[in-house]
Amino acid sequence: VKKNTDQGSTRLVRIWAVTLITPLEKAVVHSVSGVSQAWHHYVYLRDVRRENDALRGEIQRLRLEQVRMAQDAGQARRLQMLLGFKEQFISQTLPAQVISTTGSEFSRGVYIDKGSRDGIKPDMPVITADGVVGKVYRVYPTSSLVLEINDPSSGAGVILEKSRLQGILKGSPNGQTFVANIMADEQVQPGEQVLTSGGDRVYPKGLAVGTVTKVFGAGTFLNVQVRPAARLDRLEEVLVITKIVERAPEANEASAPVRAIDILAERLPSVPPPKPPEDKTKAAGTGAAPVGAKPAAGAAASTGTGAKPATPAEKKPAAPGATVVTNPTAQPAKPAGAGTTTSKPAPKVSEPVAGNATATKVTTDEAPPNKPKSSGSVPGAGPQPSKKPSADVAKPEKPGDARPEPPRENEH
Amino acid sequence: MAVPHAARRQIEVYRFNIVAAVAIPVAALLVQAFLPLVIPLFAMFDLPLLVTIYFGVARRNQITGLLTGSLIGLVQDSLPHHPLGLYGIAKTVVGYAASSLGLKIDVDNPGSRFLVTFGFYIVHQLIYYVVAHGLAGQTLSWRWTHEAVAALANAALAVLLFSVLDKFRQRT
Repeated sequence: VKKNTDQGSTRLVRIWAVTLITPLEKAVVHSVSGVSQAWHHYVYLRDVRRENDALRGEIQRLRLEQVRMAQDAGQARRLQMLLGFKEQFISQTLPAQVISTTGSEFSRGVYIDKGSRDGIKPDMPVITADGVVGKVYRVYPTSSLVLEINDPSSGAGVILEKSRLQGILKGSPNGQTFVANIMADEQVQPGEQVLTSGGDRVYPKGLAVGTVTKVFGAGTFLNVQVRPAARLDRLEEVLVITKIVERAPEANEASAPVRAIDILAERLPSVPPPKPPEDKTKAAGTGAAPVGAKPAAGAAASTGTGAKPATPAEKKPAAPGATVVTNPTAQPAKPAGAGTTTSKPAPKVSEPVAGNATATKVTTDEAPPNKPKSSGSVPGAGPQPSKKPSADVAKPEKPGDARPEPPRENEH
Repeated sequence: MAVPHAARRQIEVYRFNIVAAVAIPVAALLVQAFLPLVIPLFAMFDLPLLVTIYFGVARRNQITGLLTGSLIGLVQDSLPHHPLGLYGIAKTVVGYAASSLGLKIDVDNPGSRFLVTFGFYIVHQLIYYVVAHGLAGQTLSWRWTHEAVAALANAALAVLLFSVLDKFRQRT
């Protein structure tokens, strides 16, 4: 006896047997599985709860930290951009030897063996590896007078590292340094680090000045005594900061959220290159989209709009100067556009940022400022033949930023 | 300590050759500027002041003492960043007073040298403080303990230094 179905005829006995057996098999398998899971999930839970709690705590902590850091970084960048702050970098220093003091008990200063012939100018900061020493006060042809920060007539804009209180560090006649006129309701603890604030336009921001040793005073204001980080009474060699570079923060340094679709676009497998069009009259380009041409995946993925059908003229391998990145991990920092091929000229590697020897800046000629650059640009890649003659290009950040560039095409 | 009028004529007046007269103050200024780098505590000493006192009491000429004090003081003024003349005024007064005192008392024995230096150091610091605080408007603090200790230290050093400088003087 057979049962006719769409897939063919099956004997009834087979159907009955299966119908009878499979529920039992399922029951057995589910039972074993249930018992096993019950054992592992409800009985054998040695150290699981503790581990689970630890992992939950770790996740919670990491989430909080991630949110806080992202907010702090984004807020800092935005504020810097709004206020026009410029980051200062020490780009050039000149080592100098301390040759003498001023010879006066009422003056805190030293002479160094570098003068105007060496490029020293007044108000140049003088530091050591430990911290700030002072600034150049008077310049002679072959020597200079450095006014130390503990001189009564000196002053330096400082900020307390933890409490973020700003003030002016001044010297006293007996050679001590203190920050005066701190509001009495502020919490300043001994041991707190004091850094330069950069507000005096003399010292770069963030240099170590000293450590809070005592908080004294009564009434409305407090005085904070500071022990200088540099050994001002044992100076031998110092560094004169002869050049400070100010760098405005870039908009694309702000922490932009990474979209999941960007990551997906990065990890999608590449497709074989499209065949070049046979009809060259179409390649001349009238703007009409060929039949079957698909919108660029990268652009569509990034913008959701603006996916334009590509003209056959764009169906060609990348230019020799194009830079190709096939490994998404090559540029993990900027997933946007990674794993794509750009037909732009080879990127230029600018000079290292002063004060940050490891930082290099990759720019492309066509990329407008403050727009995400194609992360397919690799420093030093140079004009190489394209490994994957795909014609995808870097996508704009938002639809309004779309440049009037040739249509794109990519097939997945 | 006071010298009778009859014996005052017997007080010897010394002079120094030009090399010593120039080299000793210059050396004092150099040492004063350099030694605090190696020995920070040496900043409490004032070698130019000790040289001024020594030249004043040895020459026993008020004009010479006055000029010596003013020159040494002005050179010392040029090293720090504070206004010129603070050390110049103080050392001019001390040079003149030391020369005047040298005419009246015997300052060749160590005890009198100690006391003279102690007193002149206090006078020097007081004049400096008054001029710097009153005329130049500088922020200074007067600490009696510190000044007294520094005066004692300078007086002790003066006893040793003056005995060394005695080798350079010539009888007239």
